[in-house]
Amino acid sequence: MFVARSIAADHKDLIHDVSFDFHGRRMATCSSDQSVKVWDKSESGDWHCTASWKTHSGSVWRVTWAHPEFGQVLASCSFDRTAAVWEEIVGESNDKLRGQSHWVKRTTLVDSRTSVTDVKFAPKHMGLMLATCSADGIVRIYEAPDVMNLSQWSLQHEISCKLSCSCISWNPSSSRAHSPMIAVGSDDSSPNAMAKVQIFEYNENTRKYAKAETLMTVTDPVHDIAFAPNLGRSFHILAIATKDVRIFTLKPVRKELTSSGGPTKFEIHIVAQFDNHNSQVWRVSWNITGTVLASSGDDGCVRLWKANYMDNWKCTGILKGNGSPVNGSSQQGNSNPSLGSNIPSLQNSLNGSSAGRKHS
Amino acid sequence: MEELDGEPAVTVIPGVNSKKNQMCFDWGPGEMLVCETSFSKKEKSEMVPSCPFIYIIRKDVDVYSQILRKLFNESHGIFLGLQRIDEELTGKSRKSQLVRVSKNYRSVIRACMEEMHQVAIAAKDPASGRQFSSQVSILSAMELIWNLCEILFIEVAPAGHLLLHLLDWVRLHVCEVDSLSADVLGSENPSNHDSFWNLVTILVLQGRLDEARQMLSKEADASPASAGICRIMGDLMRTMPILSPGNTQTLTELELKWQHWHEECERYLQDSTFATNPHLESLLKIMLGDEAALLEQKELLSNWYHFLVTRLLYSNPTVKPIDLHYYAQSSLDLFLGGESSPEPLDNILLAAFEFDIHQVIKECSIALSNWWFVAHLTDLLDHCKLLQSHNLYFGSNMREFLLLEYASGLFAHPSLWQLGVDYFDYCPKLGRVSLELHIERIPLNTEQKALKVLRICEQRQMTEQVRSICKILAMKAVRNNRLGSALSWSIRAKDAAFATLVSDRFLRDYCERGCFSDLDLIDNLGPAMMLSDRLTFLGKYREFHHMYGEKRFADAASLLLSLMTSRIAPRSFWMTLLTDALPLLEQKQVIFSAEQTYELMQCLEDLTSRRPVRGESDIQQLQVIFTSGLMVPHGGGKRLPLSQTSPSLQKHWLLWTHVPLFPLTCVIHTPPSFRRK
Repeated sequence: MFVARSIAADHKDLIHDVSFDFHGRRMATCSSDQSVKVWDKSESGDWHCTASWKTHSGSVWRVTWAHPEFGQVLASCSFDRTAAVWEEIVGESNDKLRGQSHWVKRTTLVDSRTSVTDVKFAPKHMGLMLATCSADGIVRIYEAPDVMNLSQWSLQHEISCKLSCSCISWNPSSSRAHSPMIAVGSDDSSPNAMAKVQIFEYNENTRKYAKAETLMTVTDPVHDIAFAPNLGRSFHILAIATKDVRIFTLKPVRKELTSSGGPTKFEIHIVAQFDNHNSQVWRVSWNITGTVLASSGDDGCVRLWKANYMDNWKCTGILKGNGSPVNGSSQQGNSNPSLGSNIPSLQNSLNGSSAGRKHS
Repeated sequence: MEELDGEPAVTVIPGVNSKKNQMCFDWGPGEMLVCETSFSKKEKSEMVPSCPFIYIIRKDVDVYSQILRKLFNESHGIFLGLQRIDEELTGKSRKSQLVRVSKNYRSVIRACMEEMHQVAIAAKDPASGRQFSSQVSILSAMELIWNLCEILFIEVAPAGHLLLHLLDWVRLHVCEVDSLSADVLGSENPSNHDSFWNLVTILVLQGRLDEARQMLSKEADASPASAGICRIMGDLMRTMPILSPGNTQTLTELELKWQHWHEECERYLQDSTFATNPHLESLLKIMLGDEAALLEQKELLSNWYHFLVTRLLYSNPTVKPIDLHYYAQSSLDLFLGGESSPEPLDNILLAAFEFDIHQVIKECSIALSNWWFVAHLTDLLDHCKLLQSHNLYFGSNMREFLLLEYASGLFAHPSLWQLGVDYFDYCPKLGRVSLELHIERIPLNTEQKALKVLRICEQRQMTEQVRSICKILAMKAVRNNRLGSALSWSIRAKDAAFATLVSDRFLRDYCERGCFSDLDLIDNLGPAMMLSDRLTFLGKYREFHHMYGEKRFADAASLLLSLMTSRIAPRSFWMTLLTDALPLLEQKQVIFSAEQTYELMQCLEDLTSRRPVRGESDIQQLQVIFTSGLMVPHGGGKRLPLSQTSPSLQKHWLLWTHVPLFPLTCVIHTPPSFRRK
């Protein structure tokens, strides 16, 4: 891994989230300065801020892109108790000339009475849906029935989790064998320790979400949660950011005929647990193929976890700050990629083969 | 690259203070975003100088190297050829094919290495020169390792031949001797050249005894005093028994002859024949396989594996593959002599000499910075049926695991991803699903690129990806008001709902502007028309226009009517259709039969009864016209001049005819094709 470029973000306060669009050619950032910025990658590979606007009246925690099948759509959530959906309007020539794009608010979701801590679009096969969760302990699922009219969102489900919610993750599996499923994490730090991860599954018959599982072993505050892309597996993989990084597998137990109406039950196994971040872990996220998990923690590092070909999970990479403030240009390209620049030892021994190893 | 094993690679991000803050991040298809943040501090931060930078992190550096591009491109072809090697082939013909493939891979590495070398020489600043040079040494290491693996695992050379291969291997990779030789021979008096004896020694160390003999004859010519012993030495060199490829002698015969020759050398040593010339005596000791004498030439040997091969040449030329690891380990120990510890390359070669393929691949994964080498080598060794299967849930074996890594790396590059497709194709377990996940993320910035991606998906029956890509493009086109493009993408996506939506847009535009855009597309829908009712209607309505234009009035009339009676026409469009019926009613000949006219009136009634229609007077007038058409079956009689109809009907009329305020009787022969463009 190497730093290919750095871009001056120009937010006036802390950035809370960065988000790539589906193709990796756009990104969005959100900040305590209450704004969201959208950045576009030019053909030459440079990034330009093409929109920046005030989105909320409080810190913006999360920003996320809808699948491009639904157009250019963003959702944000904030301390101001709302979540909002934004759509890019295809610019008049004036805007295009200035390299700016125009985003309009399509809806404000005002159902929460407390800070909205996470917002996630559902997998695209479910249509244009999004889920929010909030400090009041409720997960809300909204749907835009007409994808050409994003001003109409209906609140489809309210799931009470009884604990202040910090994070949600949709199960991305589009297999018919798997019902829609959402995992919810709580960062409630009240002393009466309860399980902090709950999994809800949609029931076709009742048309409601019902609790399928609770991860009893996770009792410390949970800050982030992420289902892995499914890769056609029959089971699910769930990563959790708590006081350490944990990876669980959830194997659906075959339903008996008698209980076919109830939620799926799972065999839950922990397959990895890492405390390398020393203290709290704040974010977990899978790469697009679900083969690498990245986590960010109190040690200030992003760590990459990967299972090798014998299914052993281990840390394969660390992104670490050098501690010194940045100065200099805003766009730094790396024009000299090198083969094995970080492995002087091999070079040394090789130079030995051509130039003679030095011996005393 | 992330290793299979070993310590995690640390990437330092300048300007981020990991002691004070944390990092938020996001994965993209080929890159990662990283940004400094503080998760513990919520709401307003007390004006910390918040991190002003967002960092783009990439995975494989090498994917972006211009020179290595060639390596990736050319090895791709070799890889595909290897996958197609007939599984039926066995024995010698299969082996020779595999060896040829291996040699092809190596020649690609060498070509790349040479190009990199030229670039290194031409580099303007010393820093990039050093960087290119270090890449040359890495490529050289790859070739060195690959070559040894080829000898040991693919050629599987038997005793005797094994040493010949190893000698070639050493000669290929310790090649300073050629320039030295040119240097010495080019001088006025070669035998007086400072490096003369070094050159002779190196030639002997590499078993190039013919060349060594020629050198000695130069010495003999120059100093008659030593001519005699030079000749004796030359004879020893000439008579050393070696296995030549075409020779039919058995190993036992060779060993016997070699023993005899060895004893002869031994006698010359005992006799102190060469005592007067320390250079020659040292050569004799080397030829006797004397370890101490060999180790005195460390500088010339330059590395332990050269020492190993020379040592075997002069002490055990018929070494069996199975005994190699013993000699290798002891040669390494003797050569390093406790002064330095083995380095990654040493361990890789040692693992190869131990025939531990897994260890070779593992160590290479750790030491090399890209997946190219391990992926291709492992694939080749797997084709040699050398890898036991390691069952794992994401990748049937190590081969697939490494190929998936390599192909994923290629997908991070704006054009190399196309090579990655073929690698995924040859990963039986997770190749397809990985390709599905990667290919849908390829940015569709041009139509050409989109079509390329679609072709790849269609060839592999990836229907969901095809649908999704077409849907994305359809949505993009709608947003940009390119309705024709939107319609063709939604047809390709087989997305009925979206085709309906786009058809509605077409109809809406028609009502507003009186003409259709993208006539080529709509007129040539063919069976695609059946995708959605609305699209069918759009196509049929255009057919009506054509029929009218061709003056096939009866056909046009019954089509028009059927569009309403079959309920294919959206109700919102009925007013337009009914108005379209007017000129047909005004024809001289009867076009709508009485029954059809009743049906028309029925439709009109239907429309008015369901919901209030704008323009009550329009309806009334239509009623009047229909009734009069019914009452005057031969088309003559009393007609309502257009100038007496309501303004909104007149407007529609105008669109229809492009002839302003003419009495109906004059208008009736004006076909729809005259509509305003």
